[in-house]
Amino acid sequence: MSILVNEQTKVLCQGITGRTGLFHSQQCREYGTPLVGGVTPGKGGTEIDGFPVFDSVAEAIEATGANTSMVFVPPRFCAGAITEAADAGIALIIAITEGVPVLDMVRVRQHIDGLDNCRLVGPNCPGVITPGVAKIGIMPGYIHSSGSVGLVSRSGTLTYEAAWQLGNVGLGQSTCVGIGGDPVNGTNFIDVLDLFQADSQTEAILMIGEIGGNAEEQAAAHIEANVTKPVAAFIAGATAPPGKRMGHAGAIISGGSGTAADKIAALQAAGVEVAESPADMGAALKRAIEKASE
Amino acid sequence: MKIHEYQGKDLLKAFGVAVPRGIVARTAEEAAAAFEELGGELAVVKSQIHAGGRGKGRFAEEPEQPGVVLVRSADEAREHAARMIGNTLVTIQTGEEGKTVKTLFVEEGLDIARELYLGIVIDRETSSPVLITSTEGGVAIEEVAAETPEKIHNEAFDVVDGLTADQARTVGESLGLDGEAMENAIELFPALCRFFVENDCSLTEVNPLVVTAGGQLLCLDAKVSFDDNAMFRHESFDDLRDLDEEDPAEVRAGEAGLSYVNLDGNIGCLVNGAGLAMSTMDLIKLHGGEPANFLDVGGGANVEAVTEAFRIILDDSNVKAILVNIFGGIMKCDTIVEALLGAYENVGITVPLVVRLEGTNVELAREMLEGSDRDIISATDLTDAAQKVVATLSA
Repeated sequence: MSILVNEQTKVLCQGITGRTGLFHSQQCREYGTPLVGGVTPGKGGTEIDGFPVFDSVAEAIEATGANTSMVFVPPRFCAGAITEAADAGIALIIAITEGVPVLDMVRVRQHIDGLDNCRLVGPNCPGVITPGVAKIGIMPGYIHSSGSVGLVSRSGTLTYEAAWQLGNVGLGQSTCVGIGGDPVNGTNFIDVLDLFQADSQTEAILMIGEIGGNAEEQAAAHIEANVTKPVAAFIAGATAPPGKRMGHAGAIISGGSGTAADKIAALQAAGVEVAESPADMGAALKRAIEKASE
Repeated sequence: MKIHEYQGKDLLKAFGVAVPRGIVARTAEEAAAAFEELGGELAVVKSQIHAGGRGKGRFAEEPEQPGVVLVRSADEAREHAARMIGNTLVTIQTGEEGKTVKTLFVEEGLDIARELYLGIVIDRETSSPVLITSTEGGVAIEEVAAETPEKIHNEAFDVVDGLTADQARTVGESLGLDGEAMENAIELFPALCRFFVENDCSLTEVNPLVVTAGGQLLCLDAKVSFDDNAMFRHESFDDLRDLDEEDPAEVRAGEAGLSYVNLDGNIGCLVNGAGLAMSTMDLIKLHGGEPANFLDVGGGANVEAVTEAFRIILDDSNVKAILVNIFGGIMKCDTIVEALLGAYENVGITVPLVVRLEGTNVELAREMLEGSDRDIISATDLTDAAQKVVATLSA
C-alpha cells in the first residue's frame, strides 16, 4: 500500500488550459498517472491534447469519476478553485499554485475543516507521488523509485534532492508528500506522519522542514508519542538571518522563534536522526533504520 | 510590504480607529508649523522609518539625538527636526548602517495613564487570525512572552464574522479596562480586526495602545505590514511603498520575479526553490564558506530572469565565486545553462563558477556545458559543489 494515492486514484487538473497546467498534466500522463481530464470555466466541451475539458468540477466528476484534483489555477482564483473541488466531492485536492493570499487560505481551511472526507495538500507545494503508481504534481518522475520510505516535506526542490539521495543509497519511496511552504496550508506534518505510521508499505520516514513557525516542534512531540517507525529529518535555513522571508511565505524567523536550532533540538530530543548537512539526508535515514534494528 | 507609522494611522482612521492628531513634516520649518497647528503645549516628533526601536535609537551624525522626542515649543520642534531629517537613525532593528530619516510625524502630546500592547497576526497553529493583547505596553512583546507569558491574552477571531462585541469585552477585561475605556475597546478592537482582514495585513501592531488620564483608548503607534500575495486586491497601496526602505538589489530581484536576500559572505548562490536555496547556504557555511545571498529563481523563470539573477549576484562586489545549484522540476536545467552561458557574454562572469545540475533536461544541459569552452567547474553532488566552490577562494 501507499498513502493518499493508489490504484483507485483518478485525477483532474483544474487550470489544465494554462501553460503550466497543461505541461504538467502531460508529464503526469506520461508517468502513468490516470489523468482523466481538466477543468477550465468557459472552455467546457473542448479538448486539449486529448484531455477532455469541463466547465466545472461537478461536471468533470460526473463524466469521469475523478476523485482527486491537481490545482494549477492562478493565485487570485486558487481559493475559489479549491473550494469548488471540495464542494463537488473531491476527496483529495493537491494545490500546486504558489502565491495564494494567507487570508484566502484561512477561509479555505475553515470551509474544508467543516467537510467530511476532504483532504487538501498544499498550496505552494510540489504535489504527491507514489512511485510507479501515480505522480500528481511537478516533481521529476525519474528520481523516484518504489520502496519503503515515506517522505514528507515543506519544500519542493529540496524534496527532489532528498528522493535522489535516497535513490543513491538504494532506498525507494512508498509515497512522497510536499505539504508546501505557506504559513497556512492543508495537510500538515502530523497528518502525514500518522498516515505513514499506519501504512504497511512504509518502514521509515524522512521529514524535511525549514525555518519559520513551529510545525516541526509539534511534529517532534507527535513522533515521540505516536510514531514507532524510524524517522530522520533535515531542517533548512540554519544560516538564514532573522526577520527576512526566505522565498517561501512561511520561511521567516520572527521574534526569535522558528529557528533551525530550536527545531533540530526538538527533533533530536524526540529520537529523530537529524541530518547535519543537506547532502546527508539519505545517509541519515539509513542511520535511523540501522539504529532501529539494533 | 511594510508601511510607515503615519501611513498606517491614516488607514486606521478610515476604519474609525482612534489615533492622536498628527501632521507629517519633511523639513524643520514644517515641523515647527505642525507644532503650532496642533496648538497644544506638548508634541511628539517621531522619525518615520520602517524599523522599530526608534525611541531608544540615536542618530549616527547626532549621537545625542533620539529618534522620537517630546517638544514643548515650535522652536524646540524645529531644532530637533533639523538634527533628525536627512540623518541616519540607528536602532536595535536597523543594524549598524541605520536608516536615513526623510519624514517626521508630529503628534499631539497626550496625558497617558496606562500603556498596553495590541497586535494582530495569523496564528499558524489554528490557521486563524488572533488578537494578542497585554497589560505590558511599550516594551517588546517577545520579552513579555519570554518572561511573563501569563500577561499575554490571545483571542482568535473568525475571518468572516470578525471579533464579536463579547470577545472585545473579554479582551478589555483581561486588560483591566472599565468605564469609557471599556466602551472605547468594544468599538476599537473589532475595528482593528476588521482593518487587519479587509486590508490583507500580515501584521497590525499597536505598541503602545494607551489609556489617557481622561479614560480614552488610543493607538499611539501603528506598525502595519501587508501580505505581498494579496496586493492584487489593493492596488492603491502601491503608493504607500517606500523603496528607500528596501534593499535595492532585493527590489530589482522582485521586479524580475526572483526571490533574493542579501547576506554578508562572498559566495554568490543561484538556486531554484526556497528550501534548496536555504540548504545551499547552510551547506556552504558547513564547508567553511560564507554565502553572499539567498537567491531562488523560482520555477517559472525564463532565460531573461536567470540572466538578471546573474547580474544581481555579480553587482555585489563582495562576490568572489558563484555556486549554481539546480534541481530541475518545473525549471529546466537547459534554461539555466542557456542563461549561464549567455551571462559570460552579456554580463561578464569574472569569478570562478561551480555548477551542480540534476533533474528535468539535465542530459541536454550537461551537453551544452561540455560543448562550451568556458572554464566552468562541474560538481556531481551537494558536498562536491560546496567543497569545490570554497576551494576556489583559497586557491
